[in-house]
Amino acid sequence: MRYLPLTPNDRAAMLARIGSPDMDALFRAVPKAAIVGRDTFDLPDHQGELEVERALSRLSSQNISAGSAPFFCGAGAYRHHVPSAVDHLIQRSEFLTSYTPYQPEIAQGTLQYLFEFQTQVALLTGMEVANASLYDGSTATAEAVLMARRVTRRPKAILSGGLHPHYAETVETIAALSGTIVRAPCEPGRAEDIAALIDSDTACVVVQSPDVFGLIRDLKPIAEAAHAKGALLIAVVTEIVSLGLIEPPGAMGADIVAAEGQGIGNGLNFGGPYVGLFATREKFLRQMPGRLVGETVDAEDRRGFVLTLSTREQHIRREKATSNICTNSGLCCLAFTIHLALLGEEGFVRLARANHARAAALAERLSQIKGVSLVTSAFFNEFTLRLPKPAAGVVDALAERRILGGVPASRLLPREADARDLLILAATETNSDEDCRALAGALEEVLS
Amino acid sequence: MTMNVVGRPTAPGRAGQSAPATLSGDRGLDHEEPLLFELGRAGMTGVDIVDVPVGGGRLAGLERKTPLGLPGLSEPEIVRHYVRLSRMNYAIDSGLYPLGSCTMKHNPRLNEKMARLPGFGDLHPLQPQQTAQGALTLISELMRWLTTLTGMSAVAMSPKAGAHGELCGLLTIRAALAARGENRTRILVPSSAHGTNPATAALAGYTVDAVPAKDDGLVDADALQAMLAPDVAAIMLTNPNTCGLFEGRIAEIGRAVHAAGAYFYCDGANFNAIAGRVRPGDLGIDAMHINLHKTFSTPHGGGGPGAGPVVLSAALAPFAPLPLLVYSANNLRLIEDRDAVPTDAKPFGRMCAFHGQMGMFVRALSYMLSHGADGIRQASEDAVLAANYILASLKDVLSAPFEGPCMHEALFDDTFLHDTGVTTLDFAKAMIDEGYHPMTMYFPLVVHGAMLIEPTESESKESLDRFIAVMRGLAEEAKAGNHARFAEAPYLAPRRRLDETRAARKPILRWTPQVLSEAAK
Amino acid sequence: MSETRYTDQHEWVRIDGDTATIGISKYAADQLGDVVYVELPEAGRKAVQGGDIAVVESVKAASEVYAPVSGEVTEANPALGGDPAKINADPEGEGWFFKLKLANTAELEKLMTEAQYAEFLKGL
Repeated sequence: MRYLPLTPNDRAAMLARIGSPDMDALFRAVPKAAIVGRDTFDLPDHQGELEVERALSRLSSQNISAGSAPFFCGAGAYRHHVPSAVDHLIQRSEFLTSYTPYQPEIAQGTLQYLFEFQTQVALLTGMEVANASLYDGSTATAEAVLMARRVTRRPKAILSGGLHPHYAETVETIAALSGTIVRAPCEPGRAEDIAALIDSDTACVVVQSPDVFGLIRDLKPIAEAAHAKGALLIAVVTEIVSLGLIEPPGAMGADIVAAEGQGIGNGLNFGGPYVGLFATREKFLRQMPGRLVGETVDAEDRRGFVLTLSTREQHIRREKATSNICTNSGLCCLAFTIHLALLGEEGFVRLARANHARAAALAERLSQIKGVSLVTSAFFNEFTLRLPKPAAGVVDALAERRILGGVPASRLLPREADARDLLILAATETNSDEDCRALAGALEEVLS
Repeated sequence: MTMNVVGRPTAPGRAGQSAPATLSGDRGLDHEEPLLFELGRAGMTGVDIVDVPVGGGRLAGLERKTPLGLPGLSEPEIVRHYVRLSRMNYAIDSGLYPLGSCTMKHNPRLNEKMARLPGFGDLHPLQPQQTAQGALTLISELMRWLTTLTGMSAVAMSPKAGAHGELCGLLTIRAALAARGENRTRILVPSSAHGTNPATAALAGYTVDAVPAKDDGLVDADALQAMLAPDVAAIMLTNPNTCGLFEGRIAEIGRAVHAAGAYFYCDGANFNAIAGRVRPGDLGIDAMHINLHKTFSTPHGGGGPGAGPVVLSAALAPFAPLPLLVYSANNLRLIEDRDAVPTDAKPFGRMCAFHGQMGMFVRALSYMLSHGADGIRQASEDAVLAANYILASLKDVLSAPFEGPCMHEALFDDTFLHDTGVTTLDFAKAMIDEGYHPMTMYFPLVVHGAMLIEPTESESKESLDRFIAVMRGLAEEAKAGNHARFAEAPYLAPRRRLDETRAARKPILRWTPQVLSEAAK
Repeated sequence: MSETRYTDQHEWVRIDGDTATIGISKYAADQLGDVVYVELPEAGRKAVQGGDIAVVESVKAASEVYAPVSGEVTEANPALGGDPAKINADPEGEGWFFKLKLANTAELEKLMTEAQYAEFLKGL
């Protein structure tokens, strides 16, 4: 077995040193009845690389991968071109196979990139401080709600109807035990009057922009309304590339930003692993969940980095911790930070512009199809169409033509009758003119 | 100790051999590296993207008006930056990583290659399910391996890490109790538990009562049974426990827990000791998370991402969160809506967007197929053998608080350092100079100055022997009063000890131009 | 005349009229190591003897501070926010945490005198 270095002779010599007659003696603390043999498991024996690769490649080939077809899915996960250097660098052994940087003297590589990552996230979101990442955007949103309750000591969280339904359900699951949650009605393509729901019990308002239908929201009036009643505004961003073109949430008055960072540096991966971005104002620092890296000096006065403010965390505070989170999304935030470093200001802005231009042209083209109308008037790289028939069937028919033509809103909102005919489409720099023509042609065909 | 001009002390015992100060501040392969923000400049980029004109008509007047302030660098500069940073890290690939309770085993590269197959890595979570049948089959196959290895009924795949899995497990238990019309409020957690256990219980809305440990390192099963009451929702037990011991009375504990109407949650962090040899389902466990990044070799990646699927007993299976994976009409189907679930299912909610850590699922299944059931069993045996070998080889010079045999971790305390003036921390930092990552220190909390060593099955006997020789040597140095070797160690790492007090008192958590100008002063 | 009393959780309280000044003992400060942050109660908060009232954090530990006596908080030490090192430098003087208006002087009887506390520390 190629991953196990001990030989039978080694094992015998080691048992002799231990003074144990056999392996069973080492397991003598385990009740005899609980020990099972190889035959208990209806599972195959070990295999070589070739066989494993063959088996898994076969499963892989049964899927239509995004790169093998015209592809227009978004709704919380976006396909962007990731430069080759990113994957090469994150596979360096010293990044891939190291642990959480608890021994800073021999983990400056991880600590410095996390410090750089925190800086990038703060700059992108327009906030003062950011942590070293959470699991993903949805769990970051739930953590933001818990944090807003700690800061305000109020129970109620109001979720915008434009918040990604999976995010809303995650918040409802994780934050239900420490307060109440109100979901504003879902009005595709419109900004609901969420300010009217804020009262003196409200800890926070959670608003996504661009929202799940792609609509760009002006957060300023919501922030003002929230602050007037002593509540916080949590801004959610699921497509981080949008911040190359749109005002950052921090500039519009957000108190906490919870975002999905997958779009930079990370592949689609069928939903995970992704990387949750989390940023806030400095005055709320002590209530922020997750790992933080800070700058300091070593015994010779050289600059260095350490995990800091860890007394907020579970391994010290146990049941009084700000969160039970024990990990971040290390390698995914490394991919994010490398890709963003490669882009730089200029590349990031150009990327965002390319996305918006592509989506604007596609929306223009598709909304000319008979019976199709554009629901979202203002958008970044994702928009929603109203079709003359249920979108789920249309998407399936497109898939039969080997086109991955967006996400039917009914998949996310099965109980909203109004969502039945809505199709959410994203276009990025990875879509060619040919892809767009193929989608338009096929959609016309399917709808005719 | 001598100091050279640059200020880096040479190693103890090597005075006179120290290299001259360098002009660059770098030393051979050991490079200093500025921050990205100090390297970059405006107008440079490492990605060529054609700039296209953008009309403002679709942006609602919310175009960004001020620059973000991101630095610009070319690709060669970026590659060098991260390669230099990487060289400041210790890694399993470069040496033994005996971090107890973290299971730093070898990460096979085949797993990385498989996760990058386009049918897995380039698949959208919401694309039509008939275009993702291979991916769903992979998940279902991994579920079969996990339930078979643990002897459990079902598994919730979506939790993204161990602590997320703990929360999933406790919310499942909460839902099961609610379905029985019961509102139980307390959870019993041993004082030796991982910090995530009480933190998770609190997050799940429970109060936490600590169960004491006995002098032999095991949980006090009698005290635990005496604490069981109608208001106890569950116990959370780690087995093998954090002292590296198997809780021999676990089946009896399980029966008592069930008799009291409570559920049994097991922290599966230490499954690597028993996989293929003991099935948690046979021990009365109702829920257990499995850290795929520990037992099943998905890389730790400097702190994540992990994955923490939760296996469930038949009693808890109906309450597993969305999404559910079911067979219907010759197809696999993800059920993402609570109204569409089979009649017997009562999912408690949703742990996260989408379906879980697919990238980690591929790696874990690749590991499982490579090892097979025979290899997983052999790996557990080798992990236990290696830990016992270390315990047997070091217990005469270090001090072991508990009699062996241990499971896959060997626990020592700081009794052997008594009166030497050397602390557990000093000892660990001296290991860095010897080329080793330190073991887990000061955990579990129930042992004074704890040193928890987990060698894993990935080390050859030669590697273990060398490690043992170094540890023995260090223990003897400490006892011989060679204080200097320990007091300020490490001497030879990229950094000396760092000032954590300063970092915490005046936190600097990001680069700002002001910090740079202050540094210039 | 002010007298200092101690709890077995290492808080001290000094009485001046009906005002009680509260902090942590030198022993506690030494055990914690370098204090990096304190979370102090705001004026007006009601303290109950033995209840959580403040948090003190060092690099390696975060500890609850319990109210040695009951009463209404009148003032938190404004100097500690910017300079928590004062707690290590002078824990039983400039490093005081907060003051409160004493609700029940009888509670002081349950606390240790300086001599009793010194004796108590010897037993730890």
